[in-house]
Amino acid sequence: MPTLTYRDALNQALREEMQRDTSVFIMGEEVGVYQGAYKVSRGLLEEFGPQRVVDTPIAELGFAGIGVGAAMAGLRPVIEFMTWNFALLALDQIVNSAAKMLYMSGGQIPVPIVFRGPNGAALQLGAQHSQAWESWLSHIPGLKVVAPATPADAKGLLKAAIRDDNPVIVLEGEMLYNTKGEVPDGEYVTPIGAADVKRAGGDVTLICHSKTVAPTLKAAEQLAEQGVAAEVLDLRSLRPMDVEAIVGSVTKTNRCVVAEEGWPHCGIGAQVVDVVQRHAFDHLDAPVLRVTQADVPMPYNKQLERAAKPSPEKIVAAARRVLYLE
Amino acid sequence: MLLIRRFEEKAAEAYALGKIGGFCHLYIGQEAVGVGAIAALRDDDYVISSYREHGQALARGIAPGAVMAELYGRATGPARGKGGSMHIFDVSKRFMGGHAIVGGHIPLAAGLGFAIKYRGGDQVCLCFFGEAAVNIGAFHEALNMASVWKLPVVFLCENNRYGMGTAFERVAAVTDVVEHACSYDMAAELVNGMDVLEVSQATERAVQRARHGGHPTLLEVRTYRYMGHSMSDPLHGVYRTKEEVEEQKKQDPITRLGGQLREAGVIDQAGLDALDAEVHAEVEAAVRYADESPEPDPDDLTRHVLAD
Repeated sequence: MPTLTYRDALNQALREEMQRDTSVFIMGEEVGVYQGAYKVSRGLLEEFGPQRVVDTPIAELGFAGIGVGAAMAGLRPVIEFMTWNFALLALDQIVNSAAKMLYMSGGQIPVPIVFRGPNGAALQLGAQHSQAWESWLSHIPGLKVVAPATPADAKGLLKAAIRDDNPVIVLEGEMLYNTKGEVPDGEYVTPIGAADVKRAGGDVTLICHSKTVAPTLKAAEQLAEQGVAAEVLDLRSLRPMDVEAIVGSVTKTNRCVVAEEGWPHCGIGAQVVDVVQRHAFDHLDAPVLRVTQADVPMPYNKQLERAAKPSPEKIVAAARRVLYLE
Repeated sequence: MLLIRRFEEKAAEAYALGKIGGFCHLYIGQEAVGVGAIAALRDDDYVISSYREHGQALARGIAPGAVMAELYGRATGPARGKGGSMHIFDVSKRFMGGHAIVGGHIPLAAGLGFAIKYRGGDQVCLCFFGEAAVNIGAFHEALNMASVWKLPVVFLCENNRYGMGTAFERVAAVTDVVEHACSYDMAAELVNGMDVLEVSQATERAVQRARHGGHPTLLEVRTYRYMGHSMSDPLHGVYRTKEEVEEQKKQDPITRLGGQLREAGVIDQAGLDALDAEVHAEVEAAVRYADESPEPDPDDLTRHVLAD
């Protein structure tokens, strides 16, 4: 199987879907001539032309809305946000237009659109460029939200998102774009709504998604050295969430830690905890613990930023607590 | 226009009786705008509007009974009672809503225009919005991109002078909406919205520009709403005087057209009276249809959140 970067896996998914379906186009800032701020759209302008690879002004609300309007007419837009930090300006179109159109039209107008781009913190970008919005976006009925952690999942989930008849949010990561992994060639579609066991184990379930998968796998390695077999469950899809996979793992291990990049209050982990307490209450041997970003705007200083982010060490510590090893 | 006037009068009655809930924004006084503009369209053109859209829905040919049923929240409304007064959609008429965030649908209009151009079609998209939407960013972002990309859209600003209770000149640095077009190198026209023929002719010119070359146009159509902003709001009081409203009613678009038709010998007063009686009966039938229509199935609550 070929090894690709996460960036090139996304690029391959876009290229294949644009070849497959002429109603698919990509629109956003710097996606064409500049080849993408993070080069996800590299080469697409040359292959598909400016009508299907559309450079926009810096006007997130406007071009997100234009994408929704085009989807209302049956096209399949892929709207790239240079980062999800900028997409707050487009939230009215994502929430009020894309997510609700089918419902408030009584089922008449589906909106088959993808909104994608990097989410969460990179390195030392400061408070306004280092935010993880998945709990906001996952709150909204009418949206699907996916957050691939590996190049293979990036390809498979983006292809699924483009083919879906609903608005789908694809959360990527600046820190993921250069990561490498094996990616199946050609037709490879990952179903939305299915979590994935990234490492099997019977002692404790570590639930994560997107950029927290790598530190969680590191934590699992460290725990293995301490004689603890951790199961790493990558949610991959945040809405819908794979309740069966979460419950299946926790009923096996009886202990659970949830890691995420977002802030703690009303976070994705809070939703996972709700799923666990409703469906696996009698199986729990310890309260579920969460590892999140510190409840502060992201600081610029390197040490402070490191202290604010989830880390393998924090995940190991939480796992040891639910195992009553500390 | 008469149908819209009588329909809206009935909607006001039904609202007072509690048959229609929520917010209900009436079109009385503005009928010439929707009727004149939509008359310039083909069946395969798109229409998209704000929350004051009952009149445009009727002008587009959606059955009065269906529109009233949507206002009543009944299953026979085009949005199955899940949209309501502010969210009337009928894809079969290419009537794309009914949107209730001021200015939020203006980019959608540009997107519909984008799709037309993408497919190489010669349709156009007609977008209605009020003058208050001109102060919001979505208006400017959409007009800029529509002009850069030459999208076949007619941006029709219905300037009824008040955003709810705030006079436009109190909150807008540039009070001639039409002037904004030069920021976007766009064709523009100022139109008397109390004259249905003038509205229709101006829209026709804009539609031709859009259809043959994809050039968008900004139309500022000056009009006046006789009613409050919504049924919950006063007709006059702190923000405008009763005298002003009465003065404006002298420009009434229905009276004006009736006079023109009489003078031209197209119809006499008896003919106009007969027409009014006919329209009355049609609206009565629409109300009966809505009243007798079933409530949505309880299972409809969770339907249409996601496409299958």
